[in-house]
Amino acid sequence: MTYVFQQLLNALQVGSIYALIALGYTMVYGILTMINFAHGDLFMVGAFFCFFAAIFLNLPFVPVLVISMVGVALLGVVIERCAYKPLRQAPRVSAIITALGVGLFLENFTLALNPYPKQVPQLLANTTWIFHGVSISSIALFIVILSLLLMLMLDLIVRRTMVGMAMRAISWDKAVVPLLGVPVDLIISLTFAIGTSLGGAAGVMYGLAYPVIDPYMGIMVGWKAFISAVVGGIGNIRGAMIGGYILGALEILVVAVMPSTYRDFVAFVLLLILLIFRPYGILGKPHPQKV
Amino acid sequence: MHTRWLMPGILLCVFVLSLIIHRFELLDSYLQLIVMYIGINIILTLSLNLINGYMGEFSVGHAGFMAVGAYIASFLTVKVIPAHLAAWLFPVAVIAGGMGAALVGLVVALPSFKTRGDYLAIVTLAFVMIVKSVIENIDALGGPRGFLGMEKLATLPWVFFWVILSLWIIRNLVYSNFGRGVLSIREDEVAGDLMSVNTRQVKVLAFTVSSFFAGIAGALFAHLLQFINPRSFDIIKSTDILIMVYLGGIGSIAGSILGATVYTVLLEILRPLGIWRMVLIPLILVLLMLFRPKGIMGLREFPWFVPLRDRLAGRLPRNKRGSS
Amino acid sequence: MPVLETHHLTHHFGGLAAVSDFNLAIEPHELVGVIGPNGAGKTTVFNLITGVYRATDGSISFADTEIVGKTPSEITSLGIARTFQNIRLFRELTVLDNVRVAHYAQVRYNAIEALLHLGRFQTEEKSILEHSLDLLASLKLESYTDELSKNLPYGLQRRLEIARALATRPQLLLLDEPAAGMNPQEVGQLMEFIQWIRQEFKLTILLIEHQMHLVMGICERLLVLDFGETIAEGKPREIQNNPRVLEVYLGETQ
Repeated sequence: MTYVFQQLLNALQVGSIYALIALGYTMVYGILTMINFAHGDLFMVGAFFCFFAAIFLNLPFVPVLVISMVGVALLGVVIERCAYKPLRQAPRVSAIITALGVGLFLENFTLALNPYPKQVPQLLANTTWIFHGVSISSIALFIVILSLLLMLMLDLIVRRTMVGMAMRAISWDKAVVPLLGVPVDLIISLTFAIGTSLGGAAGVMYGLAYPVIDPYMGIMVGWKAFISAVVGGIGNIRGAMIGGYILGALEILVVAVMPSTYRDFVAFVLLLILLIFRPYGILGKPHPQKV
Repeated sequence: MHTRWLMPGILLCVFVLSLIIHRFELLDSYLQLIVMYIGINIILTLSLNLINGYMGEFSVGHAGFMAVGAYIASFLTVKVIPAHLAAWLFPVAVIAGGMGAALVGLVVALPSFKTRGDYLAIVTLAFVMIVKSVIENIDALGGPRGFLGMEKLATLPWVFFWVILSLWIIRNLVYSNFGRGVLSIREDEVAGDLMSVNTRQVKVLAFTVSSFFAGIAGALFAHLLQFINPRSFDIIKSTDILIMVYLGGIGSIAGSILGATVYTVLLEILRPLGIWRMVLIPLILVLLMLFRPKGIMGLREFPWFVPLRDRLAGRLPRNKRGSS
Repeated sequence: MPVLETHHLTHHFGGLAAVSDFNLAIEPHELVGVIGPNGAGKTTVFNLITGVYRATDGSISFADTEIVGKTPSEITSLGIARTFQNIRLFRELTVLDNVRVAHYAQVRYNAIEALLHLGRFQTEEKSILEHSLDLLASLKLESYTDELSKNLPYGLQRRLEIARALATRPQLLLLDEPAAGMNPQEVGQLMEFIQWIRQEFKLTILLIEHQMHLVMGICERLLVLDFGETIAEGKPREIQNNPRVLEVYLGETQ
């Protein structure tokens, strides 16, 4: 029983990171119906910002988090303005390939600057409490709570503010919304900013939980987060949160019963099965074709 | 009339030339290697172009098909075929690799019946990851450590032969009833279906042919490098092939040859830049998408690759002909 | 014996009945029109007949074959072809290839012959090409053979869509608003054109149209749909004087 609780906590920690990154995928997809394949690499950049802010500026945790989130958000907006915006009217494939290119660029540029993996310093004291035999690390608990807070904030922004209303309107109908006086370009950039800043936050948390970071770490974590978004129904914000935790739980479960080398295998097989039987995810809705 | 035999004549001469070069070591071995890389990349680019360019779907699964072909062929030449017969039975191993990949391609094609666009990208992506982790978990294939022991059986004449065969077969497919079906799926799948195109049949054929040649390319690649591991066939490999397709031009044989050649040579020329080369390449890709999204030869064809009947069908000048 | 017969054809989108209890029997060589206000379910009827949607209930038989449940390509190969309300040509393909694509089901060579360009391939391709060029010539599109279809002017795009549909060698042709976007003079020409293709290709035609002038001028029989229900059926003259139609349909347009 304690073992189960222990694993549950692990699942929540991994799931939180997946969920935060998945939100970035799903928000961009919701508003532009575009898969931002560079998003996983923005998460990686977030972890590196965290490293730089901690090592070179010697800052404590909160400023580090803010710097990473703001830095990644700025980068996200720059990418959106320079690389994606000109392609809005182009075939969707062009945008996907551009995103792949941007991702590769971020990976290799970071690698060129940091040929060796880096160790993120310990930003928060890690204490471990033993509670009825379950050891709870304060960092794991902190990651889960901070993620939930961020997600709650996002949910409030999307559901309760004008910006959120505009976002939902644009994802509903791109043709009519500009006629209503909504500054579409601004809202899209804001969506990128918010989505990527959550990825940046995930990068910082990843650095707290698994301190060794390298430029290619965004690839696999990014794909996992992307699967989470698809599982939840891509384009659906609450779906992405649920999807992240489902995938986190599944991975922990797989490792508990099978050799850990099967972890990725199971995650991707799950994705395939889901796509065949429920291609629009748990909360997504199918789009009827028009003839 | 003599133009009918011009192309085969030239090809035969080049083939003989490649035999001579191989036999008497006329070309620096580094240059030979580059030429063979170009050849393998042409096969990969054109076969992916069939799905992504001609059919307008978005597959990123080519690295996975390559892996299947590479591992099947390598397993055969190293573990199954006796060493003294390996050189003779190499074509059999290559074809087996291609067939294996084609079979897998067929399975991957199934989800594409139902789902469109982005979802094929996801399915094929998952497929690449699955192939990688399956190989990592099979000890007989060396697991994550990789597989070696292959002789250098992929020679210049062989690579040339397979390049020409793949160009010819895929050209034939494109300029046939099925090929027009492939194009109709790109243009408007529903309308194609309503104009009697059996879209399932077309997709099965296109995926089978495409993955067959990816498998062939994988088999050649393995017997050129003489060492493969699961990481040789990850998503980065697929991205490389994508870049070649969209650099050269979608829906174009000439574009595929151009894209594969330019990209391979560019990578070699930029080698002194070290890691910065890999920074530059994606940047080029992004700029390409921004300023020439269909690639250099996008939807255009060099007349030599168009069968005579299709070339002469209309009355307007040839250069006005589009993707067909 | 009717070419096409539907019985109690019904289709729901979610809870909404787009078409309910649609009954139609078209005799060979007849020219029947379906009219009704926007959203009356006219195009849905076409989509049901051509297999784009699968009917929730009811049956459709074409030349004595039940076609509910068949795929669009199967239905087209049986002999039903259609055009679209908003033109759906293969835009990046040439005029010739637009027409050649539609020969898909008539080809008798297999995949191996196609990959090797051997066997029946050459003769079959020759005959497809000839048939396509003949068709383009008879529809006066021959001077655009090698033009990309997206570059054709609007009127010619409409005509190419009909050429493409004819290339499938249909018995029954469904025209979805063929006169959309045309001026009165062009509509006049279109009416003659429709009569002509009916004679020339021995077609049965079912058409959807908003332009009353065209419908009243060439259709032998009319069906009026409103909210998925058939509210009237008969000769154009009868329909013109039907009070219910005047109220629902003509009343709305004025």
